[in-house]
Amino acid sequence: MLGAGARGSDGLARRVRKGQLCGIVPTSSARAAEPAIAVERLAKTYKSGVAVDGISFALEPGSITGLLGGNGAGKTTTIAMILGLIIPTSGTARVLGAEMPRQRYRVLHRMNFESPYVDMPARLTTRQNLKVFAMLYGVDDVAARIAALAEELDLVELLDRPTGKLSAGQKTRVSLAKALVNRPEILLLDEPTASLDPDTADWVRARIERYRRERGATILLASHNMAEVERLCERVIIMKKGRIEDDDTPQALLARYGRRTLEEVFLDVARGRMETRQAAQ
Amino acid sequence: MSSHAEPLAFSPRRIAAMVLRYWYLLRSSWPRLLELIYWPAVQMLMWGFLQLYIAGQAGFFARAGGTFIGAVLLWDILFRGQLGFSISFLEEMWARNLANLMISPLRPLEFVAALMIMSLIRLAIGMGPVSLLAIAFFGFNLYGLGLALAAFFVNLILTSWAIGILVSGLVLRNGLGAESLAWTIMFLLLPLTCVYYPVTILPHWLQAVAWAMPPTYVFEGMRELLINHTFRADLMVRALALNAVFFALAVAGFIALLDSARRQGSLLQTGE
Repeated sequence: MLGAGARGSDGLARRVRKGQLCGIVPTSSARAAEPAIAVERLAKTYKSGVAVDGISFALEPGSITGLLGGNGAGKTTTIAMILGLIIPTSGTARVLGAEMPRQRYRVLHRMNFESPYVDMPARLTTRQNLKVFAMLYGVDDVAARIAALAEELDLVELLDRPTGKLSAGQKTRVSLAKALVNRPEILLLDEPTASLDPDTADWVRARIERYRRERGATILLASHNMAEVERLCERVIIMKKGRIEDDDTPQALLARYGRRTLEEVFLDVARGRMETRQAAQ
Repeated sequence: MSSHAEPLAFSPRRIAAMVLRYWYLLRSSWPRLLELIYWPAVQMLMWGFLQLYIAGQAGFFARAGGTFIGAVLLWDILFRGQLGFSISFLEEMWARNLANLMISPLRPLEFVAALMIMSLIRLAIGMGPVSLLAIAFFGFNLYGLGLALAAFFVNLILTSWAIGILVSGLVLRNGLGAESLAWTIMFLLLPLTCVYYPVTILPHWLQAVAWAMPPTYVFEGMRELLINHTFRADLMVRALALNAVFFALAVAGFIALLDSARRQGSLLQTGE
């Protein structure tokens, strides 16, 4: 991924200062292909404070990127602005060339989102929920698409059960089916394996990986789970207090911080250890 | 599969998807269905028996046969129409499904159209049996009002939708803390729109307020029809004109409140 796409301006500027640029291409440079998602100086301020503080990054089509950060780092707000759910205070978020949320109806049918914090109607069966969303997204052959999703995500037994009666793992699979119902080119996932047991979480990750491989979709994944990000993502954007603290491949981050796992890197960033170490040197 | 072309600006299929969503919900829950009939039936029976009693005591009320029951049934069109709209909307808040809808290609006006259709369906389920009960118990045939009933219905349902749209916008913007508005706002109109008494009963200054509300014309028109056997088309036209203003303001308000919810980030957090 190095040099292939644009990078976060915050982390970028910091690394330029530190002489760590290593071939990274800034957002403003010319690119061969238009990025699937392009975020430029994106900021969101509420009365309670700054949620996102002028971040920039661009995602190549077909890439899978992890958005890491602690609670209140600004991950969900960033994703919500990319989805058009929140209007930015300043800056822009473009998806497939459309500015969000102003031009959202040009692209909403080509993207989708999954989060354990957004439910689906509990009294409707899995089949009914998928049918409603398939119709909303303009899917042509609804029955065939539901059958294919049920097969892919092991939902056949659950199709005629109310969504509210399913276990957490089953609900996640149904939510993922909803997120894939329109075969989106852009898939945004907010902690897709939160509260799942390791086996189910691993199963979900495998399905996400497979979808990306088969569809060539661009995936942005917000997560607290470092192992998940390490396994799935070819690029990691680390956020802290609304800003991008670092942005690179998992391997480059491990090398730069001198750590063996992303969790250790994350803790270094969260606790400001890198700065402390550099100041000491 | 969905194409890459921009979806239609107004899609009947997306409206149908939302109606289907609410229909699935309604038919899966017998308490929800029963609730649609229960209160209108109780209210109609209570007012119907009261009217029978009063009619035996006073000559005027004997002549004004059906005024109370007519008022009750028309009031229920207004009240249940708004409630049917607002409850369908609240179902999304209760289900924490709003974000899923707002990131889908569903347009706000399609959402509103689906809620209007559901309001009609819920009203038909509730009012159909109750209007038949009114015939069985009191010999009051609402459908005997004929074309006048159609005029009354159109005006009342338009007002109920306008208020339902505005309330939904307020809940969207302020979260479920504003939910009680959906249940109570219409009761402000009960005394002001003169459901059970003529406008002339109100103090002079309050009469101006009453005449600013479309349902007042409907209830006055109903009394004219039942007491004097005269259909006042002029009242219906004025109500329709006011409804057009109310409806346009409500839609503009809904879109502004939705925009404000996007600014405040309240579409993701739809709790209290």
